[in-house]
Amino acid sequence: MLTMIERLGAATLRLITYLGRLGIFLGQALAFIVMPPLKVRRIIRQMHFIGVRSLLVIVLTGLFTGMVLALQGFYTLSQYGSEGFLGSAVALSLLTELGPVLSALMVTGRAGSALTAEIGIMRITEQIDALEVMALNPMRYLVVPNVLAGTIVLPLLASIFAVVGVYGGYLVGVELLGVSSGTYFQDMIDSVDMKDVTIGIRKSLTFGFLIALICCFKGYHAGFGAEGVSRATTEAVVFASVTVLVMDYVLNAVLL
Amino acid sequence: MTASVPVISAQALHKRFGQQIVLNGLDLDIYSGEIIAIVGRSGTGKSVLLKHLCGLLRPDSGQVLIDGEDIHRARGRHLSRLRERFGMLFQGGALFDSLTVAENIAFPLREKTKMSAQEIQQVVSEMLQDVGLEGVDNKLPDELSGGMRKRVALARALAHRPDIILFDEPTTGLDPILVNAIHHLIQETHAQFGYTAVIVSHEIPRIFNITTRVAMLHNGAIIEVAPPDEFQNSANPAVQQLITGHLEGPLQVT
Repeated sequence: MLTMIERLGAATLRLITYLGRLGIFLGQALAFIVMPPLKVRRIIRQMHFIGVRSLLVIVLTGLFTGMVLALQGFYTLSQYGSEGFLGSAVALSLLTELGPVLSALMVTGRAGSALTAEIGIMRITEQIDALEVMALNPMRYLVVPNVLAGTIVLPLLASIFAVVGVYGGYLVGVELLGVSSGTYFQDMIDSVDMKDVTIGIRKSLTFGFLIALICCFKGYHAGFGAEGVSRATTEAVVFASVTVLVMDYVLNAVLL
Repeated sequence: MTASVPVISAQALHKRFGQQIVLNGLDLDIYSGEIIAIVGRSGTGKSVLLKHLCGLLRPDSGQVLIDGEDIHRARGRHLSRLRERFGMLFQGGALFDSLTVAENIAFPLREKTKMSAQEIQQVVSEMLQDVGLEGVDNKLPDELSGGMRKRVALARALAHRPDIILFDEPTTGLDPILVNAIHHLIQETHAQFGYTAVIVSHEIPRIFNITTRVAMLHNGAIIEVAPPDEFQNSANPAVQQLITGHLEGPLQVT
């Protein structure tokens, strides 16, 4: 009985320690974002790594998501004889929901895992210690550029995702299933508000920040050896993905 | 050579990781300009001690004074200023693997000094010449052998002319000729720049040739510290066992 209570206590302490670390990490990251100098060249390099190098996967998933949406939407809508709403169905789903969430998940898998592994390896090979001994702050050099790059890049990726998705929907809905091109786009123009666009952008700003922060955090506190880095990478991807989905719900509740 | 006031003074350092006590009330004074070796069995916490000296690890209790200033209490700019006095050669070199050799050496200069690109280039080629590695400027650390990597790391540690350099096993895993080459290099650069050197090493007895003092870490404390000759003749059975490598004695083989 006592051991169970002890175990519960130990787990609680671990959780609190963990949350405390994450909180301190967040605080430091925010502090170094507002305290100059920012390492602009590193930020641009990381924007290239997280953003440009994710383009292919974003375009592909965007295209197919749009195509699936049109296919599914067409059959559902046609049961009520309202295929005319296909354009708005595709565009609204992509802009407010699927664009931000799926781009965030794809970026987590492609770039986030790489960030964790890179920073984790720097930790276990003492490169982070080397930075500190040189009196160079690892937060400023490693974490802040990634967090800023992630925050800047994700809304751009989500936008590209949505645009490509709309085109994918056009391919299936108009070219394949025969909805008229004018109806598809006119319905879209009528129903999409600026508010829908800004909701999507706000979501992906949040996701980008959180993904980069979590992945850097996991790498920064990686355990020992190759096993420590591999565990950190797995945990980073799982934790970041779950956080994206939970935050998506929270933001929907707040923003809509 | 040794001044009366220590440049680094570790006082009553305690550190434990979980249940394991690593440092147990350790005291050690290191004087300006000396080369002191820290020896002891593997896993006794020599690297941990080194990381306490430069403030990378924080002791549970006790303090490390750098010219009288507690490095673990220092914050922000103050800490930066203390840290800038240190150079550290890490066990694996800890070279930044995304940067070339030249960029690695230039990195601390580019970030911490106002030197022009040309001056930095000058220092980089001088340093590479000093460690006997010309023409590898544009290679990545992965393309170098272990010995070359250690020499590049030494060049990087020396580049900003620190007055204290910490060496974490600078020769482990190298062949005997390279061991001598690195020891020679330390001696030469020490004569040239006059830094204070703290060397964690397993190179017994070779390390005795280049050091002014040798300290032995055992059970979380320094059990013997003396000039190499005295150290080798120490009456302490643990010291003798470490030097001779006998299986029987106060040091348990686990």
